[in-house]
Amino acid sequence: MSTEVATPEVKPAEPLFSKKNRALITDPLNDNNPITVQVLGICSALAITVKMSNAFVMSISVLFVVVLGNMIISALRNVIPSRIRIIAQLVIAAGLVTLVDITLKAYVYDVAKQVGVYVGLIITNCIIMGRFEAFAMGNKVGPSALDGFGNALGYAWILVAVAFFRELFGSGSLMGVRIIPESWYATQGGFYFNNNMMILPPMALVIVGIIIWVQRTYNTKLIEQA
Amino acid sequence: MKALRSLVDGIKPTFAKGGKLEKLHWVFDGLESFLFTPGHATEKGAHIRDSIDLKRTMSIVITALIPCLLFGMWNVGHQHYLALGELVGAGDGFWDKFLFGAIKVLPIVVVSYGVGLGIEFLFCSFKGHPIQEGYLVSGMLIPLVMPVDTPLWMVAIGAAFAVVIGKEVFGGTGMNIVNVALTARAFLFFAYPTMMSGDKVWVNTSVEAGQQVVDGFSGATSLGLAATGHADKVVSLMDSFWGIEAGSIGETSAFACLIGALVLLVTGIGSWRIMLSVFLGGLAMSAIFNAVGPGLNNDYMQIPMLHQLMLGGFFFGLVFMATDPVTAAQTDTGKWIYGFLIGFMAILVRVVNPAYPEGMMLAILFMNVMAPLIDHYVVQANIKRRAKRMSLQTA
Repeated sequence: MSTEVATPEVKPAEPLFSKKNRALITDPLNDNNPITVQVLGICSALAITVKMSNAFVMSISVLFVVVLGNMIISALRNVIPSRIRIIAQLVIAAGLVTLVDITLKAYVYDVAKQVGVYVGLIITNCIIMGRFEAFAMGNKVGPSALDGFGNALGYAWILVAVAFFRELFGSGSLMGVRIIPESWYATQGGFYFNNNMMILPPMALVIVGIIIWVQRTYNTKLIEQA
Repeated sequence: MKALRSLVDGIKPTFAKGGKLEKLHWVFDGLESFLFTPGHATEKGAHIRDSIDLKRTMSIVITALIPCLLFGMWNVGHQHYLALGELVGAGDGFWDKFLFGAIKVLPIVVVSYGVGLGIEFLFCSFKGHPIQEGYLVSGMLIPLVMPVDTPLWMVAIGAAFAVVIGKEVFGGTGMNIVNVALTARAFLFFAYPTMMSGDKVWVNTSVEAGQQVVDGFSGATSLGLAATGHADKVVSLMDSFWGIEAGSIGETSAFACLIGALVLLVTGIGSWRIMLSVFLGGLAMSAIFNAVGPGLNNDYMQIPMLHQLMLGGFFFGLVFMATDPVTAAQTDTGKWIYGFLIGFMAILVRVVNPAYPEGMMLAILFMNVMAPLIDHYVVQANIKRRAKRMSLQTA
């Protein structure tokens, strides 16, 4: 009588950059963009896109919080009791955001003043809670990091695109560098005026709307069937 | 007429399917049906077709706008010469003033039409649907609500924004939520406040050699003066009725607007309910201000009711913008509420909020957004009333 010991099937470890994992990064850039498709994080997209430098700082902050947060949550996913998981996620997000806030205040104080309250509000940014809850709670650390990275990038490029138009037409500069020459301005004897509407949040909403419009024109699978 | 018809028929195949300029088919179609009533017939079911289509409706509104346009041209010239201290009498140098105004105003009209229609043609060609003529009226309204010194490129940006974001985004003519011409004005008002308000833009003060602006000249509008605490300096009732005052190109004259109103009412294109209720709303708010003004020691509030309504763009908005059939309330009861609140809020904003010397634009835009809500409740109330009647009968 021979006892056959069932040898557990060894799954080959999935490489970190497999096709499935690469989709974690590329999907949020277009097909599943957090801003233009999921319509999350609109508040900060309207508020801190007046200048490109602010948009970059905000993007990097979100990138840091969502990647690290995703990894921490994913590592702890089996020990977090599911009844208090939201609180646990909030604590981790809040801790990371506080780190970011302190760092910004220490090294780029001017920007920190302008980005101000919105860094604190990253805690309540739906993108972050969404990724923690929807992805990190059910996936391994590696894919979670990639997922966070992809979503933050998707968030970032919309932010920077909106800020590009708002800063160019609203202030005549990009990243603080003057693009539209001083001599064009009416005050200097020219004909040009900055478009004040671009500074106001409603125009940011219009620009986000136009980006969604253009995106759906090229990516027809996003159009809902009526 | 025959020659024109045969010319149109001659070039028609070029634009038909398979023709050389197939892409421009809808542009051609638009121009053809502008010249001749199309012979389209409905193919299925019984339909009643009125001979008055969108193009004829629009043409009548344009006709109604002509008095405002012509008067605006004269007034632009008159204000200019007034600032220079020449030909100060209203009857002096009629042609000089008219010609000066025409030279200033016509380019704005041309740019507005060129940009707006160009964008509309572009959208129609891409989407492959017939050209919708909604822009014919908007294109005329936009210049009439601009200050005369508005740079042409601003007019172009305003018109482009209004057509794309105000209209095409929602699906084109007849689908827009807010008035297209006012979208253009509101955009420019918030985008370039220094060029759309204040006391520098309403009167053209360009001088040639040997001329100079008279001492003590102020280019402020009556409402601008009143908003800055000089309510005693507003123009007289008669001047504001005829429109001999500084302001946007076509909106100063209540008289010209009333001629337009007559055209719209006789042809049945403008809603008399809306016009009357806007007027009553404005009257009501002015009456309230008249009543509380003395107690608050506020000169602006004490301007007599009718005089208050004659100032600024109240009548222009009342006749041509509040009555826009697309953006106004559709139900009869709704029209009364919609109009009354426009008049009421226009005067309220104008007098109480110093940031906005004229409230007509904001009041109309606000009520445009509210119009579907008003209609909803009017319809619901009607349904409820009839349901109640039904239950009484069956009980």
